[in-house]
Amino acid sequence: MASQEKCRIIDHQKVGPQHYKLVLASDYLSKHAQPGQFVQVKCSDTLDPLLRRPISLHQISPEHKTFALLYEVVGKGTNELTKLFVGENLDLFGPLGTGFQLDSQRNKHLLVGGGMGSAPLLALAERLTGQVSILLGAKTAANILAEADYNKLGHNVAVITDDGSKGKKGLVSDLLLERISQDSVVYACGPKSMLRAVAEICWQKKVDCQISMEERMACGIGACKGCAVKTKGGYKMACKDGPVFKGEDIIW
Amino acid sequence: MVDLSLELAGIKLKNPVMVASGTFGWGQEFADYLDLNKLGAIITKSITLKPREGNPPPRIVETPAGMLNTIGLQNEGLEHFLRNDLPFLSKFNTPTIVNIAGESVAEYVELAKRLSKEPMVKGIEVNISCPNVAHGGMAFGTEPEATKQVISAVRKETTQPLIVKLTPNVTDITVIAKAAVAAGADALSLINTLVGMSIDIETGQSRLGRLTGGLSGPAIKPIAVRMVYETARAVNVPVIGIGGIMTGNDAVEFLLAGAKAIQVGTANFVDVTASLTILKGIEDYVDRHPRSLNFS
Repeated sequence: MASQEKCRIIDHQKVGPQHYKLVLASDYLSKHAQPGQFVQVKCSDTLDPLLRRPISLHQISPEHKTFALLYEVVGKGTNELTKLFVGENLDLFGPLGTGFQLDSQRNKHLLVGGGMGSAPLLALAERLTGQVSILLGAKTAANILAEADYNKLGHNVAVITDDGSKGKKGLVSDLLLERISQDSVVYACGPKSMLRAVAEICWQKKVDCQISMEERMACGIGACKGCAVKTKGGYKMACKDGPVFKGEDIIW
Repeated sequence: MVDLSLELAGIKLKNPVMVASGTFGWGQEFADYLDLNKLGAIITKSITLKPREGNPPPRIVETPAGMLNTIGLQNEGLEHFLRNDLPFLSKFNTPTIVNIAGESVAEYVELAKRLSKEPMVKGIEVNISCPNVAHGGMAFGTEPEATKQVISAVRKETTQPLIVKLTPNVTDITVIAKAAVAAGADALSLINTLVGMSIDIETGQSRLGRLTGGLSGPAIKPIAVRMVYETARAVNVPVIGIGGIMTGNDAVEFLLAGAKAIQVGTANFVDVTASLTILKGIEDYVDRHPRSLNFS
């Protein structure tokens, strides 16, 4: 169950050209949140921006009673967040949604992150055991996020960029094609075109794949039917049925 | 604590705060977060005769102090509601008012007929104001003759309290209001959303999957207050005020404009407990101004 609470800001750093990392304190959230879930963030006390902004959990640390959010400034709401100082409180509602299913049957995990999509995969990488490979793609080197945090976990990390400014030149789905094998399980987050490519590769290779979808959202609890994702079982809600779906279920 | 109870169109309410159709699901979604027993009434999301899958995404976009939506009445249909949702709502000591939407007069009539047999349904709100469907919806709420036709047909089928939810997308809302009352409405609720549009200037495309959507939230509140004021003076049935109510003070504005009760909509998305905070705000106001509203 989600809780609405005001969480104290422990740290707030700029980590990319338009990217910031917020570390927040909460017993409840750090204890109950699962990788792939998100929180609804109240970005301001005024009427504009009005709705909360859904932001995925980037790190979940029950031992420190903290969690982190990684966000990109894309509009009014996220721009408001940049003004917050350490020590201030942020009104959050969460954890929400259905996160990643940690597949203990397989031990070869491929995490595929495109751009901001690498944010929620870190929380997953922290929980996975076995052979974990992280594939990160972005437009340019500056947009590769959280690489150091992934490296710290001791997992294998490969990077690719659209312009070749870091790693190979190409798309993260190219890396996936090189690495994927029958005994893999794939977890992906990123832009829709990338997720579609990942889902198609996994379908062809008959590999299970979980993808985290992004949709504009209002309530966050499945009531308003706003964040519809088209699936083989009809429209599902990104906020409740997702944001993590089986790749094979999505109708692109 | 002040007593804000009232009787509206024959429905006994503990207080004048209802939750608006489409913003509170079927109650269950919110039950973990607030005590549903404390609400004046719960208005369900629109029920249609057959299941509806809803409109293609994106279905939502935020605009200054408001939001556009084009959900398209996604719901599992009447049978599913009666089997799965109504039993849950019936557990609470808060009247359930079922919002109905049809593509034809016959569908509205069938819905009303079936719901009349359900003792746990305490009222019907007729949605003749949905701007996001191809057939029916707002078409019944923008022509007084069409309003009369659908409401009188529904009236014949039910003795349940009948609330008619009006659209603001008309030249003169009092014309439709009078038509609904003449056809047998026991109360009117207003306003539904205003038809709006938002364009992504980088792609040149609408930000919504279905071109236009319904605008809600604080941005529409002054229009809603004005329309409630006009309507309350034009008809002799109770008016329920809806439109951008975020605080108790917002609600009081509607009550002063002539509304007997209010519905909380978009605010439910921002804060799951908004309806109860708003109720507290009304109580505080009545404490401070004991004679300015008719609760006594």
